[in-house]
Amino acid sequence: MSPKTLYDKIWDAHLVHEAEDGTSLLYIDRHLVHEVTSPQAFEGLRMAGRKVRKPENTIAVPDHNVPTTPDRVKGIKNEESRIQVEALDKNAKDFGINYYPVNDVRQGIVHIVGPEQGWTLPGMTVVCGDSHTATHGAFGALAHGIGTSEVEHVLATQTLIQSKSKNMKVEITGQLRPGVTAKDITLSVIGETGTAGGTGYVIEYCGEAIRSLSMEGRMTVCNMAIEGGARAGLIAPDETTFEYINGRPHAPKGAQWEAAMAWWKTLYSDDDAHWDKVITIKGEDIAPVVTWGTSPEDVLPITDTVPNPSDFDGGKVDAAKRALEYMGLQAGQKLSDIEIDTVFIGSCTNGRIEDLRAAAEILKGKKIKEGLRAMVVPGSGLVRAQAEDEGLADIFKDAGFEWRLAGCSMCLAMNPDQLSPGERCAATSNRNFEGRQGRGGRTHLMSPQMAAAAAITGKLTDVREMM
Amino acid sequence: MEKFEKLTGIAAPMPLINVDTDMIIPKLFLKTIKRSGLGKNLFDEMRFDDDGHEIPDFVLNKPQYREAEILVAGDNFGCGSSREHAPWAIKDFGIRCVIAPSFADIFYNNCFKNGILPIALPQERVDVLMKDAQKGSNARMIVDLEAQTVTTSDGEIVAFEIDAFKKHCLLEGLDDIALTLEKGPAIDSFEEKAGAARPWV
Ligand code: SF4
Repeated sequence: MSPKTLYDKIWDAHLVHEAEDGTSLLYIDRHLVHEVTSPQAFEGLRMAGRKVRKPENTIAVPDHNVPTTPDRVKGIKNEESRIQVEALDKNAKDFGINYYPVNDVRQGIVHIVGPEQGWTLPGMTVVCGDSHTATHGAFGALAHGIGTSEVEHVLATQTLIQSKSKNMKVEITGQLRPGVTAKDITLSVIGETGTAGGTGYVIEYCGEAIRSLSMEGRMTVCNMAIEGGARAGLIAPDETTFEYINGRPHAPKGAQWEAAMAWWKTLYSDDDAHWDKVITIKGEDIAPVVTWGTSPEDVLPITDTVPNPSDFDGGKVDAAKRALEYMGLQAGQKLSDIEIDTVFIGSCTNGRIEDLRAAAEILKGKKIKEGLRAMVVPGSGLVRAQAEDEGLADIFKDAGFEWRLAGCSMCLAMNPDQLSPGERCAATSNRNFEGRQGRGGRTHLMSPQMAAAAAITGKLTDVREMM
Repeated sequence: MEKFEKLTGIAAPMPLINVDTDMIIPKLFLKTIKRSGLGKNLFDEMRFDDDGHEIPDFVLNKPQYREAEILVAGDNFGCGSSREHAPWAIKDFGIRCVIAPSFADIFYNNCFKNGILPIALPQERVDVLMKDAQKGSNARMIVDLEAQTVTTSDGEIVAFEIDAFKKHCLLEGLDDIALTLEKGPAIDSFEEKAGAARPWV
């Protein structure tokens, strides 16, 4: 048998049909659904008189525009948001799919809930009408975002029409230095490849530095594969993966667990597998980074200065000019001199327990800079409960952070958590696009540790100075 | 789905790279449970100021491009979120074809589900079309999907590549779901096999 990559293996195991031109019908094991990209898909099913083919493998949770303030138990005030959430309530009930409603403690960001409940398992195909579905690739699952028409297609047929991507290997060798995290890895990779560098590829992350990451860290890395343009990011499953999964509500048990393990252990790229593109970065070379512009590729070590548009080529010159203007920054300015107004810790990139622990570690016994607005939005109700048990919530609150309920919140600002024009935010989320966190808002992406450090000083800060 | 065969129309130039889906349709407008009506908010933050007045400099606000049906843009068009609201807004505005050096994956696929033709061409070919588009409304391009060509107002012909299956579906206006449901027996037998091999799924 010819050698295969992990992506090849998962692809082959899910191929229902392949046409002569390579257009393939791929079977989908798990379909995650949220309130923003699904209403039109369910409407389409109703209009055509179709059913959900595998309701037991379809999981829905409202996350994108639910408020994160405690008063949400009394109902969502914004009418349009409420209509979307109510539509999901109804669709979940009518079509008989698994559902975690707003007031269920298991509710949270769809990409945090899936793994937490054991829905996401190695070797699966996982899709969701959301680009950060790549997160689930951390388990060695082929996971990617789809549009609403495709959501409808998967609901009706449990398959997706796909053409195969190319294979790209991103190897992070050695070990990370202190103060450097999974977020710095994933941002640095995008800095290296550009936001279109992964277009047409599925990335497999490997190397010692990746192996050393927890599942939380691996999810952070895969989460942003999409920001690098890739269709999906993958990490081969290993003991860390199996340990995380074991005992979760929807993970296999007993003999089924044994059978699953036997297959999962075959899920790796063969030594002589073919790669269409390979990128290698030394773990030791990665520094704590922040973004300065309006694209995730606009990333630099915190010790650096704001670049000059003339440092770039082609279309990037104008893009950098526009970005500096939008961000209100001057070329040559030290990144660590940039003052912020707001800190946001949360999102499917960095809203897991390990992220909150890391931020709390920096904040312990400290206060945030006066006048700053700072909030922590745990990725799920269960993360929130655990953080409360571990005393992390008190650390955040004592430091001056708001302690919120779970949801996407200020990652995309569809709920009331938004930046105002010109407001500058240190954020642990994944997108620094113009207007992403609110019209005119300015976003600097970074790790939870770095966001915590920025909260204390009120400026972008090298967390290593606080360690 | 609406068919796409041949289109003769005004092309609007948008020489920006990394036009993301947040720019195409800001999240404010994603709170709809319908597919229609998004065109009035296409490129909202670039098209209107804080008071909702048109920004005269924005290309689609200029008199010569208000009726544009083709958009010529920079690299990595449609990056960012998977929102299909982006192609819905583009289509609702009246644009049926987007031309760029490259597209983000999900956006590219979403176009085909909505009767929009995305054309990826090498930068220097896009430059030719960009220049033509910059001439204004007297320049009408012809996009011919069957022949796989774009013809500039000067009659210069630029050929493009497209996946045969996607082309077929667009030309015929075929509904993917109906096509896939025809393969029902293949899905049934796959489920049976996979269920035996991976019963825990
Ligand atoms: S947290 Fe942000 S990136 Fe993640 S699913 Fe929600 S909106 Fe998308």
